[in-house]
Amino acid sequence: MSLPLVALIGVLFATGTYLMLHRTITRIVLGVAVMGNGVNLLLLTAGGRRGTAPVIGGEGTFTDPVPQALVLTAIVIGFALQAFLLALAWRNWTVDGNDEVEDDLSDRRLAGPMDDADGGTDGGVDADTQPDPPGEGGPR
Amino acid sequence: MTRLVPLTFALPLLGAALSLLAVRHQQVQRIVNLVSLGATLAISVVLLVAVERDDAAVVARLGGWPSEIGITYVVDRLAALMLVIAFVTLLTVLVFAVGQGANDERSPYYHPAYLVLAAGIAAAFSTGDLFHLFVAFEVLLIASYVLLTLHGRPSQVRAGTTYVVINTLESLLLLTAVGLVYAATGTLSLAELPVRLAELDPGLRTGLQMLLLIAFGLKAAVFPLFFWLPDSYPTAPSPVTAVFAGLLTKVGVYALIRTQTLLFPDQHRTLLIVVAALTMLIGVLGAIAQSDIKRILSFLIVSGIGYMVMGLAIGGAAGVAATVFYLLHHIPTKTSLFLVEGVVESSERTGELDRLGGLARRSGPLALLFAVPALSLAGVPPFSGFVGKLGLITAGVDDGQYVLVAVALVVSLLTLVSMAKIWLGAFWGPKSDGDAREGGILRRRPTMGGATAVLVAVTLTVALGAGPLYALCERAAADLTTPGHYAGDVEAAP
Repeated sequence: MSLPLVALIGVLFATGTYLMLHRTITRIVLGVAVMGNGVNLLLLTAGGRRGTAPVIGGEGTFTDPVPQALVLTAIVIGFALQAFLLALAWRNWTVDGNDEVEDDLSDRRLAGPMDDADGGTDGGVDADTQPDPPGEGGPR
Repeated sequence: MTRLVPLTFALPLLGAALSLLAVRHQQVQRIVNLVSLGATLAISVVLLVAVERDDAAVVARLGGWPSEIGITYVVDRLAALMLVIAFVTLLTVLVFAVGQGANDERSPYYHPAYLVLAAGIAAAFSTGDLFHLFVAFEVLLIASYVLLTLHGRPSQVRAGTTYVVINTLESLLLLTAVGLVYAATGTLSLAELPVRLAELDPGLRTGLQMLLLIAFGLKAAVFPLFFWLPDSYPTAPSPVTAVFAGLLTKVGVYALIRTQTLLFPDQHRTLLIVVAALTMLIGVLGAIAQSDIKRILSFLIVSGIGYMVMGLAIGGAAGVAATVFYLLHHIPTKTSLFLVEGVVESSERTGELDRLGGLARRSGPLALLFAVPALSLAGVPPFSGFVGKLGLITAGVDDGQYVLVAVALVVSLLTLVSMAKIWLGAFWGPKSDGDAREGGILRRRPTMGGATAVLVAVTLTVALGAGPLYALCERAAADLTTPGHYAGDVEAAP
């Protein structure tokens, strides 16, 4: 396990986390991709020292083939996930004309007239929304 | 017997492939789906009987590789029980969805996605390999993404995005945990990991445990990680929400039970106890604040997860047995409540309590179908929830966890309050305005009503057969909590 590789994994995780904290779906997809690569590298380094090609009956110490099989599977799964997320982003754009993840409407409605009486049930997603017309579908 | 194990997920996958070939023929898709789920249910029952008869897990090694190299499938008592209850639920919900015949079920991709979901759930229950557990999670998650956003309606896209992003993050965390476990121990086989993990430095072990806890906790929706669930589940069509509510979070709970009892026995129990108490409490408080049936029920899922974590946190054979029984009770109960909600929504076109009323006068049977699982969920005596909660509370008192027991009792009462809220809002009171049609809600929906009734009957069976079933759960828990039992079963298998 080499130090530059470990540092690279750290940077990929940090960048991925930062991107995923955004509200635009395209950035989230990029974050997922970057962090996914970090995870794949981490799996690869989990295999330990490098050696010869792993063939049964071969000479010398060979590389652990298991992490490489894991990484291959993980890459395929990650690819499918990112494709789905992009499709979702596209659909969001055709429906909404923007690229942002929006708040839950019922949460806003519930949080609006009640102020913070039910604090704690929904963490902070509903604080910064414009006031809704009161009355319709109020609590209780 | 061994050959049957891979069939539990291969059959649904085969069905999904056939169903994709028949995208233009809906009847064919329906028959393929029913047949594959029915056959898999039969296989699960056979496996449960075999496990009970031989008193040993059924082990299948794919390709004949030893478990250090290859992937092993291990169906022990817990896995077999979960397979049976999962396929009973999947099958009844499918019948319900066919009966409803709503837009979603008519989509050519509903049936294939549903079967892939079933395959993922089955693989997650039967695998004996940590990485394969990750793959099984991915299979069921991708199918669930498709089912949740099937029509791409704005609300579905909004909620679906949150759901997909959160679960993608969960997948990445789980994969990280898998990689680190492999780096630390050099194996991913659940049979070998307990011994190797026990040799590790305690700090490293704690780190691995926390990563797995966070990953599975996100999936199971435990306290600080539950916020995505009440947001995304209610936007899906009722039969889809019913399956998600009944099974998806429970797969997370199953993974928690598996990893906590097998890999990290009795480690950091205090944390689990706090998480359990807060999950129960906050879930039910959220439910009381809501005014839509689906959202109330969604928050109550979170609360129910708290009870399952409670038994796991108490630990020991008694605690785990109570958790397993609670799982068996909670899956059909919760699913049938969502199915009743589906009937209400299909008849009244809304699930908002403000706009409902007087359903009990219009359809007595429907009210009965709601009342039985509702009372069961709250833990009122003759029903299955009571047995589950009694088991949990007895285990808690024996272990001296009085605060946790007190919280569980208060939450039970609050669950009853939130159920009463639905009852008063939707079933009691004056008739709803609008098109106040006369009775016969169920008579016009015989298939939906029948499927719901079957599932309610399952919850009653769980209650009636509580004695033998609880004994079975105790044996399953004894298997789980005896160190080396799992590994012994895997080694002893040919």
